[in-house]
Amino acid sequence: MHITVNAKAHDITADTLESALAELGFTSPAIATAVNGKFVARNRRAELRLTEGDRLEVLAPMQGG
Amino acid sequence: MRLYDTDIRSRLLLGTAQYPSPAVLTDAIRQSGSQIITVSLRRETTDGSGAGFWSQLRDLDCLILPNTAGCHTVKEAVTTAHMARDLFDTRWIKLEVIGHSDLLQPDVFALVEAARILTEDGFQVFPYTTDDIVVGERLLQAGCEVLMPWGAPIGSGQGLRTPDALRAMRAHFPDTPLIVDAGIGRPSDATKAMELGMDAVLLNTAVAKAGDPAKMAHAMALAIVAGRQGYEADPMDPRDLAVPSTPVLGLADLN
Repeated sequence: MHITVNAKAHDITADTLESALAELGFTSPAIATAVNGKFVARNRRAELRLTEGDRLEVLAPMQGG
Repeated sequence: MRLYDTDIRSRLLLGTAQYPSPAVLTDAIRQSGSQIITVSLRRETTDGSGAGFWSQLRDLDCLILPNTAGCHTVKEAVTTAHMARDLFDTRWIKLEVIGHSDLLQPDVFALVEAARILTEDGFQVFPYTTDDIVVGERLLQAGCEVLMPWGAPIGSGQGLRTPDALRAMRAHFPDTPLIVDAGIGRPSDATKAMELGMDAVLLNTAVAKAGDPAKMAHAMALAIVAGRQGYEADPMDPRDLAVPSTPVLGLADLN
């Protein structure tokens, strides 16, 4: 399945958000997620099923003012 | 100082961006005595770019105030706030909705709307706003219990461009914590803000871009304490003409 992750194209076999994160190598616990511009809470990642063309945003803590 | 339901000792809130190295950032935070530091959310890389900073944040033992920097719409800001709450496990959000890219001026209309949505969802919103009293009223009506008026555009280091407006805000909102956010360049700017009766100062670039960030962080902390104590001590009113401070009574006739 083709999805976009942080603006880059990826081809994955996983079909849930949680398994996709593992497949893509996002192992840090300090991440937050959104799919197609909608926030997906940590405890909902396992049940959220991805579909072809989904846009995934994976954010992490960064320096800020 | 009480911000929502949290008592805070230090009146300096410090940003974490633009420091020459993580070690300098840690040193600056320690020297500032700040209890609250601001952070952002940005795209993670698969090599875990955010994990190192996350680990550093945990070691610093400060309260985290995540921001929505870079958001230009209500939807972006609200979604970012939700992601920040999920990541940092805090109800606090420094709400920025930018309306003008060059000035980084808040879009106060979108700000009020986003503040209302987030407050209703249980967030404790710290809105980055202008010095407009009517906007401040709307933000309080939307549920904000803190206001963060700008001193000057973000990162400009110009100091307080509208001290009269900040003084008016203090008079109009006597019981609302007011934090000057953005525009501070030098310690004297921070002192001035505190002398106007602001409750605290939030700054970043002035420390991060100083030649010696840790020393500047300490200088800002001292300046803020000086300004606050000066405000509490109720300064004299300025006069147009000189008035001798040394007694005139008993002056010798030496002609």
